[in-house]
Amino acid sequence: MTPFDYAWATTPQAALEHIGPGPDSTTAAGAAKFIAGGTNLLDLMKENVMRPARLVDINPLALSDIEATAGGGLRLGALARNADTAYDPLVAARYPLLSAAILAGASPQIRNMASNGGNLLQRTRCHYFYDAGVPCNKRAPGSGCPAVSGLARQHAILGASELCIATHPSDMCVALRALDAVVLVQSPRGGRAIAFEDFHRLPGDRPDMDTTLAHDELITHLELPAPAPGFAAHSAYLKLRERASYAFALVSVAAMLDIDDGGLVRAARIALGGVAHKPWREPEAEALLVGQPASEALFAQAAERLLQGARPQGVGPGSNAFKIAMAQRAVVRALQTARQGTVTNTGHNDSAGDAR
Amino acid sequence: MADPAPTTAPHPSKAPSRHRIELRINRQRHQLEVESWVSLLDLLRDKLQLTGTKKGCDHGQCGACTVLVDGRRINSCLTLAVMNNGREVTTVEGLANLVTGPELHPLQQAFIDHDAFQCGYCTPGQLCSALGLMHEGQAKTPDEVRELMSGNVCRCGAYPQITRAVSEVALGARPGGPASTASTAGRPVVVGTVPA
Repeated sequence: MTPFDYAWATTPQAALEHIGPGPDSTTAAGAAKFIAGGTNLLDLMKENVMRPARLVDINPLALSDIEATAGGGLRLGALARNADTAYDPLVAARYPLLSAAILAGASPQIRNMASNGGNLLQRTRCHYFYDAGVPCNKRAPGSGCPAVSGLARQHAILGASELCIATHPSDMCVALRALDAVVLVQSPRGGRAIAFEDFHRLPGDRPDMDTTLAHDELITHLELPAPAPGFAAHSAYLKLRERASYAFALVSVAAMLDIDDGGLVRAARIALGGVAHKPWREPEAEALLVGQPASEALFAQAAERLLQGARPQGVGPGSNAFKIAMAQRAVVRALQTARQGTVTNTGHNDSAGDAR
Repeated sequence: MADPAPTTAPHPSKAPSRHRIELRINRQRHQLEVESWVSLLDLLRDKLQLTGTKKGCDHGQCGACTVLVDGRRINSCLTLAVMNNGREVTTVEGLANLVTGPELHPLQQAFIDHDAFQCGYCTPGQLCSALGLMHEGQAKTPDEVRELMSGNVCRCGAYPQITRAVSEVALGARPGGPASTASTAGRPVVVGTVPA
Protein backbone atom coordinates (compact mmCIF):
# COMPACT_ATOMS: atom_id res chain seq x y z
CA MET A 1 0.00 0.00 0.00
CA THR A 2 1.28 3.46 -0.88
CA PRO A 3 1.79 5.51 2.31
CA PHE A 4 -0.94 8.06 3.00
CA ASP A 5 -2.01 10.60 5.54
CA TYR A 6 -4.94 9.95 7.87
CA ALA A 7 -7.40 12.44 9.37
CA TRP A 8 -10.32 11.94 11.68
CA ALA A 9 -13.52 13.97 11.37
CA THR A 10 -16.18 14.36 14.03
CA THR A 11 -18.49 16.72 12.10
CA PRO A 12 -19.52 16.81 8.41
CA GLN A 13 -17.98 20.28 8.18
CA ALA A 14 -14.63 18.99 9.42
CA ALA A 15 -14.85 16.06 7.00
CA LEU A 16 -15.42 18.43 4.08
CA GLU A 17 -12.53 20.64 5.17
CA HIS A 18 -10.22 17.62 5.36
CA ILE A 19 -11.24 16.33 1.92
CA GLY A 20 -10.53 19.62 0.13
CA PRO A 21 -10.81 20.16 -3.62
CA GLY A 22 -9.89 17.49 -6.15
CA PRO A 23 -10.80 15.95 -9.52
CA ASP A 24 -14.17 14.20 -9.84
CA SER A 25 -12.63 11.16 -11.55
CA THR A 26 -13.18 8.20 -9.22
CA THR A 27 -9.72 6.81 -9.98
CA ALA A 28 -7.51 9.93 -9.68
CA ALA A 29 -4.40 9.17 -7.66
CA GLY A 30 -3.27 11.56 -4.97
CA ALA A 31 -6.73 12.84 -4.08
CA ALA A 32 -8.16 12.57 -0.57
CA LYS A 33 -10.91 9.99 0.01
CA PHE A 34 -13.50 9.47 2.72
CA ILE A 35 -13.27 6.12 4.48
CA ALA A 36 -16.12 4.44 6.38
CA GLY A 37 -16.17 0.63 6.30
CA GLY A 38 -13.10 0.48 4.09
CA THR A 39 -13.95 -2.99 2.78
CA ASN A 40 -13.52 -2.03 -0.87
CA LEU A 41 -11.26 1.02 -0.70
CA LEU A 42 -8.52 -0.64 1.39
CA ASP A 43 -8.62 -3.70 -0.84
CA LEU A 44 -8.14 -1.51 -3.92
CA MET A 45 -5.32 0.36 -2.17
CA LYS A 46 -3.52 -2.92 -1.50
CA GLU A 47 -3.73 -3.65 -5.23
CA ASN A 48 -2.45 -0.15 -6.10
CA VAL A 49 -5.65 0.50 -8.02
CA MET A 50 -6.60 3.36 -5.70
CA ARG A 51 -3.79 5.56 -4.39
CA PRO A 52 -5.26 8.34 -2.26
CA ALA A 53 -2.80 10.68 -0.55
CA ARG A 54 -5.11 11.06 2.43
CA LEU A 55 -7.95 9.18 4.05
CA VAL A 56 -10.59 11.08 6.00
CA ASP A 57 -12.16 8.75 8.58
CA ILE A 58 -15.86 9.68 8.81
CA ASN A 59 -16.86 6.91 11.22
CA PRO A 60 -17.25 9.32 14.17
CA LEU A 61 -20.02 11.26 12.34
CA ALA A 62 -23.52 10.80 13.77
CA LEU A 63 -24.95 9.29 10.58
CA SER A 64 -25.86 5.77 11.70
CA ASP A 65 -29.56 6.17 12.44
CA ILE A 66 -32.47 4.62 10.57
CA GLU A 67 -35.55 6.78 11.02
CA ALA A 68 -39.12 6.90 9.74
CA THR A 69 -39.97 9.99 7.69
CA ALA A 70 -43.20 11.96 7.89
CA GLY A 71 -44.29 10.75 4.46
CA GLY A 72 -44.28 7.07 5.42
CA GLY A 73 -40.79 6.38 4.13
CA LEU A 74 -37.44 5.78 5.81
CA ARG A 75 -34.20 7.73 6.08
CA LEU A 76 -31.10 5.53 6.30
CA GLY A 77 -27.91 7.03 7.71
CA ALA A 78 -24.95 6.75 5.33
CA LEU A 79 -22.90 5.21 8.15
CA ALA A 80 -25.47 2.62 9.20
CA ARG A 81 -23.82 -0.71 8.52
CA ASN A 82 -25.26 -2.98 5.84
CA ALA A 83 -26.05 -5.70 8.42
CA ASP A 84 -27.82 -3.28 10.77
CA THR A 85 -29.83 -1.95 7.83
CA ALA A 86 -30.85 -5.41 6.60
CA TYR A 87 -31.96 -6.55 10.05
CA ASP A 88 -33.59 -3.26 11.08
CA PRO A 89 -37.25 -4.02 11.93
CA LEU A 90 -38.57 -1.01 9.99
CA VAL A 91 -36.55 -1.90 6.90
CA ALA A 92 -37.53 -5.58 7.09
CA ALA A 93 -41.23 -4.72 7.50
CA ARG A 94 -41.56 -1.95 4.91
CA TYR A 95 -38.82 -2.82 2.42
CA PRO A 96 -38.17 -6.59 2.60
CA LEU A 97 -36.65 -6.27 -0.88
CA LEU A 98 -33.84 -4.14 0.53
CA SER A 99 -33.14 -6.57 3.39
CA ALA A 100 -33.16 -9.50 0.99
CA ALA A 101 -30.77 -7.79 -1.44
CA ILE A 102 -28.29 -6.80 1.28
CA LEU A 103 -28.32 -10.31 2.76
CA ALA A 104 -27.63 -11.81 -0.68
CA GLY A 105 -24.39 -9.83 -0.87
CA ALA A 106 -20.90 -10.29 0.58
CA SER A 107 -20.40 -12.11 3.91
CA PRO A 108 -21.64 -11.44 7.45
CA GLN A 109 -18.23 -9.97 8.36
CA ILE A 110 -18.26 -7.57 5.42
CA ARG A 111 -21.91 -6.63 6.01
CA ASN A 112 -20.96 -5.77 9.61
CA MET A 113 -18.26 -3.39 8.34
CA ALA A 114 -19.64 -1.94 5.10
CA SER A 115 -21.59 1.31 5.33
CA ASN A 116 -24.67 2.20 3.30
CA GLY A 117 -22.94 5.15 1.66
CA GLY A 118 -19.87 3.06 0.85
CA ASN A 119 -21.99 0.32 -0.71
CA LEU A 120 -23.04 2.82 -3.38
CA LEU A 121 -19.43 3.81 -4.01
CA GLN A 122 -17.92 0.34 -4.30
CA ARG A 123 -16.13 -0.21 -7.57
CA THR A 124 -16.45 -2.86 -10.23
CA ARG A 125 -14.92 -6.28 -9.56
CA CYS A 126 -13.77 -6.56 -13.21
CA HIS A 127 -10.54 -8.58 -12.91
CA TYR A 128 -8.79 -6.41 -15.49
CA PHE A 129 -9.65 -3.29 -13.48
CA TYR A 130 -8.24 -4.99 -10.38
CA ASP A 131 -4.97 -6.02 -12.06
CA ALA A 132 -2.70 -2.97 -12.13
CA GLY A 133 -0.42 -4.85 -14.57
CA VAL A 134 -2.84 -4.73 -17.52
CA PRO A 135 -4.52 -1.87 -19.40
CA CYS A 136 -7.90 -0.60 -18.20
CA ASN A 137 -9.76 2.53 -19.29
CA LYS A 138 -11.45 2.81 -15.91
CA ARG A 139 -8.20 2.65 -13.95
CA ALA A 140 -5.86 4.30 -16.47
CA PRO A 141 -7.95 6.29 -18.97
CA GLY A 142 -6.90 5.74 -22.58
CA SER A 143 -4.93 2.54 -21.92
CA GLY A 144 -7.48 0.14 -23.45
CA CYS A 145 -9.90 -2.58 -22.36
CA PRO A 146 -8.79 -6.23 -22.35
CA ALA A 147 -12.23 -7.38 -21.17
CA VAL A 148 -13.87 -6.64 -24.55
CA SER A 149 -11.90 -9.46 -26.15
CA GLY A 150 -11.32 -11.44 -22.96
CA LEU A 151 -13.15 -13.09 -20.06
CA ALA A 152 -16.45 -11.29 -19.66
CA ARG A 153 -18.64 -13.54 -17.51
CA GLN A 154 -18.94 -10.79 -14.87
CA HIS A 155 -19.40 -8.07 -17.47
CA ALA A 156 -22.17 -6.00 -18.98
CA ILE A 157 -24.76 -6.95 -21.59
CA LEU A 158 -26.52 -3.58 -21.40
CA GLY A 159 -25.35 0.03 -21.54
CA ALA A 160 -21.66 -0.75 -22.16
CA SER A 161 -19.39 1.42 -24.27
CA GLU A 162 -16.44 0.51 -26.49
CA LEU A 163 -14.18 1.76 -23.73
CA CYS A 164 -15.63 -0.15 -20.79
CA ILE A 165 -17.93 -3.13 -20.20
CA ALA A 166 -17.65 -3.23 -16.41
CA THR A 167 -20.66 -3.87 -14.14
CA HIS A 168 -21.57 -2.34 -10.81
CA PRO A 169 -21.25 -5.15 -8.25
CA SER A 170 -23.73 -4.07 -5.56
CA ASP A 171 -26.84 -6.06 -4.64
CA MET A 172 -28.13 -3.35 -2.31
CA CYS A 173 -28.11 -0.79 -5.11
CA VAL A 174 -30.35 -2.97 -7.32
CA ALA A 175 -33.00 -2.87 -4.59
CA LEU A 176 -32.45 0.87 -4.01
CA ARG A 177 -33.03 1.47 -7.72
CA ALA A 178 -36.27 -0.51 -7.64
CA LEU A 179 -37.34 1.42 -4.52
CA ASP A 180 -36.63 4.85 -6.08
CA ALA A 181 -34.23 5.81 -3.31
CA VAL A 182 -32.80 9.32 -3.11
CA VAL A 183 -29.17 10.01 -2.18
CA LEU A 184 -28.68 13.03 0.10
CA VAL A 185 -25.25 14.66 -0.06
CA GLN A 186 -23.44 17.61 1.48
CA SER A 187 -20.61 19.70 0.10
CA PRO A 188 -19.11 23.13 0.74
CA ARG A 189 -21.77 24.38 -1.71
CA GLY A 190 -24.60 23.06 0.49
CA GLY A 191 -26.84 20.01 0.23
CA ARG A 192 -28.44 18.30 -2.72
CA ALA A 193 -30.64 15.26 -3.40
CA ILE A 194 -29.72 12.85 -6.20
CA ALA A 195 -32.35 10.50 -7.62
CA PHE A 196 -30.97 6.96 -7.56
CA GLU A 197 -31.25 6.55 -11.32
CA ASP A 198 -28.97 9.57 -11.74
CA PHE A 199 -26.41 8.51 -9.14
CA HIS A 200 -24.50 5.83 -11.07
CA ARG A 201 -23.32 6.57 -14.62
CA LEU A 202 -23.03 4.56 -17.78
CA PRO A 203 -19.36 4.35 -18.85
CA GLY A 204 -19.66 6.25 -22.15
CA ASP A 205 -16.37 7.98 -22.89
CA ARG A 206 -15.57 8.56 -19.19
CA PRO A 207 -15.41 5.06 -17.66
CA ASP A 208 -13.11 6.44 -14.94
CA MET A 209 -16.17 8.13 -13.42
CA ASP A 210 -18.46 5.68 -11.66
CA THR A 211 -21.00 8.17 -10.30
CA THR A 212 -22.24 11.74 -10.57
CA LEU A 213 -20.97 12.50 -7.08
CA ALA A 214 -18.42 15.34 -7.00
CA HIS A 215 -15.08 14.81 -5.26
CA ASP A 216 -16.03 17.04 -2.34
CA GLU A 217 -19.55 15.70 -1.81
CA LEU A 218 -20.28 13.56 1.25
CA ILE A 219 -23.21 11.13 1.25
CA THR A 220 -25.15 11.69 4.48
CA HIS A 221 -28.39 9.71 4.02
CA LEU A 222 -30.43 7.54 1.71
CA GLU A 223 -34.11 8.34 1.63
CA LEU A 224 -36.71 5.72 0.72
CA PRO A 225 -40.13 7.00 -0.36
CA ALA A 226 -43.23 5.29 1.02
CA PRO A 227 -43.69 2.02 -0.87
CA ALA A 228 -46.80 1.16 -2.90
CA PRO A 229 -49.27 -0.70 -0.64
CA GLY A 230 -48.73 -4.20 -2.03
CA PHE A 231 -44.97 -4.20 -2.53
CA ALA A 232 -43.92 -5.43 0.92
CA ALA A 233 -46.13 -8.51 0.52
CA HIS A 234 -44.89 -9.29 -3.00
CA SER A 235 -41.16 -8.85 -3.32
CA ALA A 236 -38.18 -11.00 -4.26
CA TYR A 237 -34.47 -10.55 -4.81
CA LEU A 238 -33.19 -13.37 -6.99
CA LYS A 239 -29.43 -13.68 -7.34
CA LEU A 240 -27.69 -16.07 -9.73
CA ARG A 241 -23.99 -16.62 -9.11
CA GLU A 242 -21.11 -19.05 -9.54
CA ARG A 243 -21.52 -20.52 -6.05
CA ALA A 244 -24.38 -20.69 -3.56
CA SER A 245 -23.17 -17.87 -1.29
CA TYR A 246 -20.54 -15.15 -1.01
CA ALA A 247 -20.09 -14.43 -4.72
CA PHE A 248 -20.96 -11.53 -6.98
CA ALA A 249 -24.01 -11.83 -9.19
CA LEU A 250 -23.86 -13.02 -12.76
CA VAL A 251 -27.41 -11.73 -12.91
CA SER A 252 -29.72 -10.54 -10.16
CA VAL A 253 -33.30 -9.32 -10.20
CA ALA A 254 -35.17 -7.11 -7.75
CA ALA A 255 -38.90 -7.53 -8.31
CA MET A 256 -41.97 -6.10 -6.56
CA LEU A 257 -45.64 -6.36 -7.49
CA ASP A 258 -48.73 -4.60 -6.24
CA ILE A 259 -51.66 -6.88 -7.16
CA ASP A 260 -55.32 -5.99 -6.66
CA ASP A 261 -58.04 -8.35 -5.38
CA GLY A 262 -58.95 -9.35 -8.92
CA GLY A 263 -55.40 -10.51 -9.66
CA LEU A 264 -54.54 -7.52 -11.86
CA VAL A 265 -51.20 -5.76 -11.48
CA ARG A 266 -51.57 -2.25 -10.07
CA ALA A 267 -47.84 -1.46 -10.06
CA ALA A 268 -44.60 -3.31 -10.75
CA ARG A 269 -40.90 -2.70 -10.25
CA ILE A 270 -38.11 -4.66 -11.89
CA ALA A 271 -34.40 -3.85 -11.60
CA LEU A 272 -31.49 -5.93 -12.88
CA GLY A 273 -28.04 -6.28 -11.34
CA GLY A 274 -24.82 -7.75 -12.76
CA VAL A 275 -25.67 -6.66 -16.29
CA ALA A 276 -24.61 -3.01 -16.57
CA HIS A 277 -22.49 -0.19 -15.16
CA LYS A 278 -25.52 0.70 -13.01
CA PRO A 279 -28.66 -1.09 -11.80
CA TRP A 280 -30.84 -1.49 -14.89
CA ARG A 281 -34.48 -0.49 -15.00
CA GLU A 282 -36.86 0.20 -17.86
CA PRO A 283 -40.15 1.97 -17.03
CA GLU A 284 -41.72 0.64 -20.24
CA ALA A 285 -41.15 -2.96 -19.16
CA GLU A 286 -42.96 -2.26 -15.90
CA ALA A 287 -45.78 -0.41 -17.68
CA LEU A 288 -46.47 -3.56 -19.75
CA LEU A 289 -47.62 -5.29 -16.57
CA VAL A 290 -49.96 -2.63 -15.23
CA GLY A 291 -53.68 -3.42 -15.45
CA GLN A 292 -52.97 -6.96 -16.71
CA PRO A 293 -53.38 -10.34 -15.01
CA ALA A 294 -50.06 -11.38 -13.44
CA SER A 295 -49.32 -14.23 -15.85
CA GLU A 296 -46.11 -15.93 -16.89
CA ALA A 297 -46.65 -14.91 -20.52
CA LEU A 298 -46.88 -11.29 -19.46
CA PHE A 299 -43.75 -11.61 -17.30
CA ALA A 300 -41.88 -12.95 -20.33
CA GLN A 301 -42.94 -9.91 -22.36
CA ALA A 302 -41.71 -7.59 -19.63
CA ALA A 303 -38.41 -9.48 -19.47
CA GLU A 304 -37.97 -9.18 -23.23
CA ARG A 305 -38.62 -5.44 -23.09
CA LEU A 306 -36.21 -5.01 -20.17
CA LEU A 307 -33.46 -6.85 -22.06
CA GLN A 308 -34.08 -4.97 -25.31
CA GLY A 309 -30.77 -3.93 -26.83
CA ALA A 310 -28.75 -6.45 -24.81
CA ARG A 311 -25.62 -7.64 -26.56
CA PRO A 312 -22.90 -10.08 -25.51
CA GLN A 313 -19.30 -9.19 -24.70
CA GLY A 314 -16.12 -11.23 -24.51
CA VAL A 315 -14.93 -13.96 -26.87
CA GLY A 316 -14.90 -17.77 -26.90
CA PRO A 317 -15.25 -19.29 -23.45
CA GLY A 318 -15.12 -15.78 -22.00
CA SER A 319 -18.28 -14.70 -23.81
CA ASN A 320 -21.19 -13.66 -21.64
CA ALA A 321 -23.85 -14.36 -24.29
CA PHE A 322 -25.48 -16.80 -21.85
CA LYS A 323 -26.39 -13.89 -19.59
CA ILE A 324 -29.05 -12.58 -21.96
CA ALA A 325 -31.19 -15.71 -21.74
CA MET A 326 -30.28 -16.10 -18.08
CA ALA A 327 -31.45 -12.57 -17.29
CA GLN A 328 -34.72 -13.03 -19.19
CA ARG A 329 -35.53 -16.24 -17.32
CA ALA A 330 -34.44 -14.74 -14.00
CA VAL A 331 -36.86 -11.85 -14.48
CA VAL A 332 -39.73 -14.27 -15.09
CA ARG A 333 -38.73 -16.37 -12.07
CA ALA A 334 -38.42 -13.34 -9.79
CA LEU A 335 -41.83 -12.03 -10.86
CA GLN A 336 -43.41 -15.47 -10.35
CA THR A 337 -41.94 -15.53 -6.86
CA ALA A 338 -43.13 -12.00 -6.08
CA ARG A 339 -46.61 -12.93 -7.32
CA GLN A 340 -46.73 -15.68 -4.68
CA GLY A 341 -45.40 -13.60 -1.80
CA THR A 342 -42.14 -12.35 -0.33
CA VAL A 343 -38.74 -13.99 0.03
CA THR A 344 -36.55 -12.48 2.74
CA ASN A 345 -33.27 -14.34 2.06
CA THR A 346 -33.00 -14.91 5.82
CA GLY A 347 -34.14 -18.53 5.61
CA HIS A 348 -37.27 -17.73 7.59
CA ASN A 349 -40.36 -15.49 7.41
CA ASP A 350 -40.92 -16.26 3.72
CA SER A 351 -44.44 -16.10 2.35
CA ALA A 352 -43.72 -17.12 -1.25
CA GLY A 353 -43.93 -20.85 -0.48
CA ASP A 354 -42.47 -23.12 -3.16
CA ALA A 355 -42.67 -20.49 -5.88
CA ARG A 356 -39.00 -19.71 -5.61
CA MET B 1 -28.42 0.54 15.59
CA ALA B 2 -25.72 3.14 15.90
CA ASP B 3 -22.10 2.28 16.55
CA PRO B 4 -20.91 3.90 19.75
CA ALA B 5 -18.16 6.18 18.50
CA PRO B 6 -14.98 6.32 20.56
CA THR B 7 -14.73 9.61 22.37
CA THR B 8 -11.04 10.31 21.88
CA ALA B 9 -9.40 10.92 18.55
CA PRO B 10 -6.24 9.08 17.53
CA HIS B 11 -3.48 11.41 18.62
CA PRO B 12 -1.12 12.40 15.81
CA SER B 13 2.44 11.63 16.73
CA LYS B 14 5.33 13.93 15.79
CA ALA B 15 6.39 11.64 12.95
CA PRO B 16 4.25 12.03 9.81
CA SER B 17 1.37 9.58 9.40
CA ARG B 18 1.97 7.93 12.77
CA HIS B 19 -0.78 7.93 15.35
CA ARG B 20 -1.05 7.08 19.02
CA ILE B 21 -4.02 4.84 19.65
CA GLU B 22 -5.44 2.81 22.49
CA LEU B 23 -7.05 -0.60 22.03
CA ARG B 24 -8.34 -3.20 24.43
CA ILE B 25 -7.33 -6.56 23.06
CA ASN B 26 -8.58 -9.70 24.82
CA ARG B 27 -9.43 -7.61 27.89
CA GLN B 28 -5.98 -6.04 28.04
CA ARG B 29 -5.27 -2.37 27.41
CA HIS B 30 -2.64 -1.52 24.78
CA GLN B 31 -1.26 1.92 24.01
CA LEU B 32 0.35 1.84 20.60
CA GLU B 33 1.85 4.01 17.92
CA VAL B 34 0.96 2.94 14.40
CA GLU B 35 1.45 4.14 10.84
CA SER B 36 -1.79 5.06 9.01
CA TRP B 37 -1.50 2.14 6.62
CA VAL B 38 -1.16 -0.69 9.15
CA SER B 39 -4.16 -3.01 9.02
CA LEU B 40 -5.63 -4.29 12.26
CA LEU B 41 -4.51 -7.77 11.13
CA ASP B 42 -0.88 -6.71 10.69
CA LEU B 43 -0.93 -4.90 14.01
CA LEU B 44 -2.13 -8.03 15.80
CA ARG B 45 0.30 -10.40 14.10
CA ASP B 46 3.42 -8.35 13.50
CA LYS B 47 3.48 -5.87 16.38
CA LEU B 48 1.70 -7.77 19.15
CA GLN B 49 2.68 -11.32 18.16
CA LEU B 50 -0.95 -12.41 18.40
CA THR B 51 -0.41 -14.82 15.52
CA GLY B 52 -3.53 -16.88 16.18
CA THR B 53 -5.37 -14.59 13.76
CA LYS B 54 -4.33 -15.77 10.30
CA LYS B 55 -3.56 -13.91 7.10
CA GLY B 56 -5.15 -15.94 4.31
CA CYS B 57 -5.96 -13.85 1.25
CA ASP B 58 -5.55 -10.36 2.81
CA HIS B 59 -8.47 -9.27 0.60
CA GLY B 60 -11.59 -10.11 2.62
CA GLN B 61 -12.34 -13.21 0.58
CA CYS B 62 -11.43 -16.05 2.97
CA GLY B 63 -12.34 -15.03 6.54
CA ALA B 64 -9.13 -16.42 8.11
CA CYS B 65 -8.47 -13.01 9.71
CA THR B 66 -11.90 -12.76 11.39
CA VAL B 67 -11.84 -11.10 14.83
CA LEU B 68 -14.51 -9.41 16.94
CA VAL B 69 -14.51 -5.63 17.37
CA ASP B 70 -16.91 -4.49 20.09
CA GLY B 71 -18.43 -7.97 19.85
CA ARG B 72 -19.06 -7.89 16.09
CA ARG B 73 -17.20 -10.14 13.67
CA ILE B 74 -15.18 -8.36 10.99
CA ASN B 75 -12.31 -9.06 8.59
CA SER B 76 -9.25 -7.58 10.31
CA CYS B 77 -7.43 -7.36 6.95
CA LEU B 78 -9.94 -4.79 5.65
CA THR B 79 -9.72 -2.25 8.45
CA LEU B 80 -6.90 0.04 9.52
CA ALA B 81 -5.63 -0.23 13.07
CA VAL B 82 -5.99 3.53 13.49
CA MET B 83 -9.71 3.34 12.56
CA ASN B 84 -10.27 1.08 15.58
CA ASN B 85 -8.92 3.46 18.19
CA GLY B 86 -10.76 3.06 21.50
CA ARG B 87 -12.39 -0.24 20.57
CA GLU B 88 -12.42 -3.67 22.18
CA VAL B 89 -10.86 -6.43 20.04
CA THR B 90 -11.27 -10.15 20.68
CA THR B 91 -9.03 -12.63 18.87
CA VAL B 92 -8.89 -16.41 19.06
CA GLU B 93 -6.35 -16.03 21.89
CA GLY B 94 -9.12 -14.40 23.94
CA LEU B 95 -11.70 -17.17 23.60
CA ALA B 96 -10.49 -19.71 26.15
CA ASN B 97 -10.77 -18.98 29.85
CA LEU B 98 -7.18 -18.78 31.01
CA VAL B 99 -7.99 -16.88 34.20
CA THR B 100 -9.65 -19.58 36.27
CA GLY B 101 -9.06 -22.26 33.60
CA PRO B 102 -7.43 -23.41 31.40
CA GLU B 103 -10.83 -24.08 29.97
CA LEU B 104 -11.69 -24.05 26.27
CA HIS B 105 -14.56 -21.99 24.93
CA PRO B 106 -17.57 -24.25 24.16
CA LEU B 107 -17.03 -23.53 20.44
CA GLN B 108 -13.42 -24.68 20.67
CA GLN B 109 -14.49 -27.87 22.44
CA ALA B 110 -17.21 -28.47 19.84
CA PHE B 111 -14.68 -28.10 16.99
CA ILE B 112 -12.57 -30.80 18.65
CA ASP B 113 -15.58 -33.03 19.34
CA HIS B 114 -16.82 -32.79 15.76
CA ASP B 115 -13.43 -32.98 14.05
CA ALA B 116 -14.23 -29.61 12.50
CA PHE B 117 -10.80 -28.95 11.02
CA GLN B 118 -8.02 -30.64 9.16
CA CYS B 119 -5.04 -28.31 8.60
CA GLY B 120 -6.45 -25.79 11.09
CA TYR B 121 -5.45 -22.64 9.23
CA CYS B 122 -9.02 -21.36 8.90
CA THR B 123 -10.00 -22.45 12.44
CA PRO B 124 -9.25 -19.22 14.39
CA GLY B 125 -11.34 -17.27 11.90
CA GLN B 126 -14.09 -19.90 11.95
CA LEU B 127 -14.22 -19.74 15.76
CA CYS B 128 -14.37 -15.96 15.94
CA SER B 129 -16.94 -15.89 13.15
CA ALA B 130 -19.06 -18.47 14.99
CA LEU B 131 -18.93 -16.38 18.16
CA GLY B 132 -20.02 -13.33 16.16
CA LEU B 133 -22.84 -15.38 14.64
CA MET B 134 -24.02 -16.27 18.16
CA HIS B 135 -23.97 -12.61 19.20
CA GLU B 136 -26.03 -11.68 16.13
CA GLY B 137 -28.73 -14.23 16.98
CA GLN B 138 -30.03 -14.53 13.41
CA ALA B 139 -29.29 -18.21 12.76
CA LYS B 140 -32.15 -20.51 13.81
CA THR B 141 -31.38 -23.68 11.85
CA PRO B 142 -28.23 -25.51 10.66
CA ASP B 143 -29.00 -24.30 7.12
CA GLU B 144 -28.93 -20.72 8.38
CA VAL B 145 -25.71 -21.43 10.28
CA ARG B 146 -24.21 -22.68 7.03
CA GLU B 147 -25.26 -19.58 5.11
CA LEU B 148 -24.15 -17.20 7.88
CA MET B 149 -20.75 -18.93 8.12
CA SER B 150 -20.18 -18.51 4.38
CA GLY B 151 -17.65 -15.71 4.94
CA ASN B 152 -15.18 -18.33 6.19
CA VAL B 153 -13.61 -20.55 3.57
CA CYS B 154 -12.16 -23.96 4.51
CA ARG B 155 -10.02 -25.40 1.74
CA CYS B 156 -9.80 -28.77 3.52
CA GLY B 157 -13.57 -28.94 3.14
CA ALA B 158 -14.55 -29.53 6.77
CA TYR B 159 -17.81 -27.65 6.20
CA PRO B 160 -20.24 -30.37 7.40
CA GLN B 161 -18.33 -30.78 10.65
CA ILE B 162 -17.98 -27.01 11.12
CA THR B 163 -21.74 -26.61 10.62
CA ARG B 164 -22.39 -29.35 13.18
CA ALA B 165 -19.98 -27.89 15.72
CA VAL B 166 -21.34 -24.36 15.40
CA SER B 167 -24.95 -25.56 15.37
CA GLU B 168 -24.40 -27.58 18.53
CA VAL B 169 -23.25 -24.53 20.47
CA ALA B 170 -25.22 -21.76 18.75
CA LEU B 171 -28.52 -23.62 18.48
CA GLY B 172 -28.16 -25.91 21.45
CA ALA B 173 -28.52 -28.93 19.18
CA ARG B 174 -27.40 -32.26 20.62
CA PRO B 175 -24.79 -34.28 18.74
CA GLY B 176 -26.65 -36.81 16.61
CA GLY B 177 -29.89 -34.87 16.94
CA PRO B 178 -31.74 -33.56 13.91
CA ALA B 179 -30.07 -30.18 14.01
CA SER B 180 -26.59 -31.64 14.00
CA THR B 181 -27.02 -33.42 10.69
CA ALA B 182 -27.23 -30.15 8.73
CA SER B 183 -29.59 -31.94 6.42
CA THR B 184 -31.44 -30.28 3.60
CA ALA B 185 -33.45 -33.45 2.94
CA GLY B 186 -37.00 -32.69 1.93
CA ARG B 187 -36.26 -29.03 1.34
CA PRO B 188 -35.98 -27.66 -2.16
CA VAL B 189 -32.63 -26.11 -2.91
CA VAL B 190 -33.23 -23.26 -5.29
CA VAL B 191 -30.36 -21.78 -7.21
CA GLY B 192 -29.98 -18.06 -6.73
CA THR B 193 -31.63 -17.65 -3.39
CA VAL B 194 -29.86 -18.01 -0.10
CA PRO B 195 -30.01 -21.77 0.46
CA ALA B 196 -31.30 -21.57 3.97
